[in-house]
Amino acid sequence: MAAMLMSSTSPIISVSGLSKTYATGFSALKSVDLEIRRGEIFALLGPNGAGKTTLISIICGLVKPSTGTVLADGYDIIRDYRAARATIGLVPQELTTDAFETVWSTVSFSRGLFGKPKDPAFIERILKELSLWDKKDTQIRRLSGGMKRRVLIAKALAHEPRILFLDEPTAGVDVELRQDMWQMVRRLKESGVTIILTTHYIEEAEEMADRIGVISKGEIILVEEKAELMRKLGKKQLSLQLQQPIEAVPATLAAFNLSLSPAGDELVYTYDTQAERTGITTLLQGLAEAGIRFRDLSTSQSSLEDIFVSLVRERA
Amino acid sequence: MTTVTTNRDAEAGMRLNFRAIAAIYRFEMARTWRTPSQSIVSPVLSTALYFVVFGGAIGSRMQSIDGVPYGAFIVPGLIMMSLLTQSIANASFAIYFPKFTGTIYELLSAPVAWWEAVIGYVGAAASKSMLLGLIILLTATFFVPLRIEHPAMMLLFLVLTATTFSLFGFIIGIWADGFEKLQVIPLLIVTPLAFLGGSFYSIAMLPPFWQKVTLFNPVVYLISGFRWSFYGIADVSLGVSLGMTLFFLVLCIGIVGWIFRTGYRLKN
Ligand SMILES: Nc1ncnc2c1ncn2[C@@H]1O[C@H](COP(=O)(O)OP(=O)(O)OP(=O)(O)O)[C@@H](O)[C@H]1O
Ligand SMILES: [Mg+2]
Repeated sequence: MAAMLMSSTSPIISVSGLSKTYATGFSALKSVDLEIRRGEIFALLGPNGAGKTTLISIICGLVKPSTGTVLADGYDIIRDYRAARATIGLVPQELTTDAFETVWSTVSFSRGLFGKPKDPAFIERILKELSLWDKKDTQIRRLSGGMKRRVLIAKALAHEPRILFLDEPTAGVDVELRQDMWQMVRRLKESGVTIILTTHYIEEAEEMADRIGVISKGEIILVEEKAELMRKLGKKQLSLQLQQPIEAVPATLAAFNLSLSPAGDELVYTYDTQAERTGITTLLQGLAEAGIRFRDLSTSQSSLEDIFVSLVRERA
Repeated sequence: MTTVTTNRDAEAGMRLNFRAIAAIYRFEMARTWRTPSQSIVSPVLSTALYFVVFGGAIGSRMQSIDGVPYGAFIVPGLIMMSLLTQSIANASFAIYFPKFTGTIYELLSAPVAWWEAVIGYVGAAASKSMLLGLIILLTATFFVPLRIEHPAMMLLFLVLTATTFSLFGFIIGIWADGFEKLQVIPLLIVTPLAFLGGSFYSIAMLPPFWQKVTLFNPVVYLISGFRWSFYGIADVSLGVSLGMTLFFLVLCIGIVGWIFRTGYRLKN
């Protein structure tokens, strides 16, 4: 009874106090705590070297944690590794395949490796969904990079996992395959599979995820519902280069919280793209009424890098 | 709801992933049939050349050893030599290659115990080399007069040796972090030991000092026991041969166990 209760409400993955120091002495994860909810799509966002692959590799059993624990579907990934791993499928970041195997045999192999009985009909369905069916007897080395990535996805799904890790699934993938892939991810989510994907691109996380975690230098610096994060990230700046330097921002424009450059020749207005009214029109009217003329203007959106930097500074 | 609980219990209770062992074994055997000329024809052919040269051409000029014609005398030793080298080559390559290409990620992420992986890989490597040994044996009958006095013991030595040296190869494959290391032990240690292990001569033919030195060569015991199962003649007693062979098997199992308990070289 307790087990049943736990299985429906508890997080499907819970990571606590997880650290990893590689043999080189490099500390790739620093006491990470993270909970993944049952059935969600979670995007792990972070720059190169942030520790995304390390985190995934520990959960999946490829890398040994230095300290901390991970539970997958309630099972400790080390003590109950069989039960934990049976629920997890992994699509690795690198395209690593057995060059001389056929698509069919490599996918069937994966199913056997995870201890599932043969089910040709199921494998046929996966291959068809991933548009690999006509390639089923082709050796993997004769496939294109995008096709190889599909094969890796098919292998990860071959044992019907409840949790799927996609480590940078869209690296080197064209628009069409990306759309196919997102469709497949949505179908999997509908069937109850929890999906964790990593990416460098905020747009990708925005398109797919329910929640987003940001990782930088081995630390999870924020975990947020997507809508909330988009609001935070949705800030833009409008810079106005003035024809004549001014001494101070006129009192009539105080409501806009403008910032004036030290030389007095540039005004910067920060606004929220997600807001109903950005206030740009009224600002420009206000400037005209105050007799401030400008010779150029530009807008900029804070990049993911900027946001990382500011988030890390906030914490420091 | 009850089915959910049952499934969880079934998953948690998986004690032996037999399907994984079978999958690894089949995968490895399939690799053999994909390249038969490399994995079967060439080792058989190179051993058969010995029969032609020593059995046919030179053998007729050589004295019989303990009443066994020279061509027939060398057959057990030659089979042992290919059993050793092929077992090591098969098993070391089988585990090294996935490490090299990165496909080992899947094995590491699967609900597979280390000893299940060992059974799959080592079982396949041993099967292949035993098959090879039997094919060589069959080939030999075309060139030299053979008799097998103790077939059961012969098969026992075949199984023990193939398993032991496949385990040894597996250890090399895990230890190696480059193709050079993969080659160096077979080339610099195993081949000389095999050649000096009494394939081509009886230990009794050596000067007394070298007879003593030779007893430090483990291959001597394998070849001596194996040859006994053919002709009932041996350099060292059967019990010692069998004992040493079992000792090497246990030693290799122990090393593999230690490697995996310490996670040595497979996981960061
Ligand atoms: N085997 C290893 N030995 C030593 N350091 C390592 C090892 N693997 C990874 N690292 C280091 O750990 C850090 C995190 O690497 P990781 O692969 O987890 O980053 P990532 O977030 O996945 O990056 P990317 O976006 O480039 O894939 C990096 O600085 C990397 O150099
Ligand atoms: Mg990575």
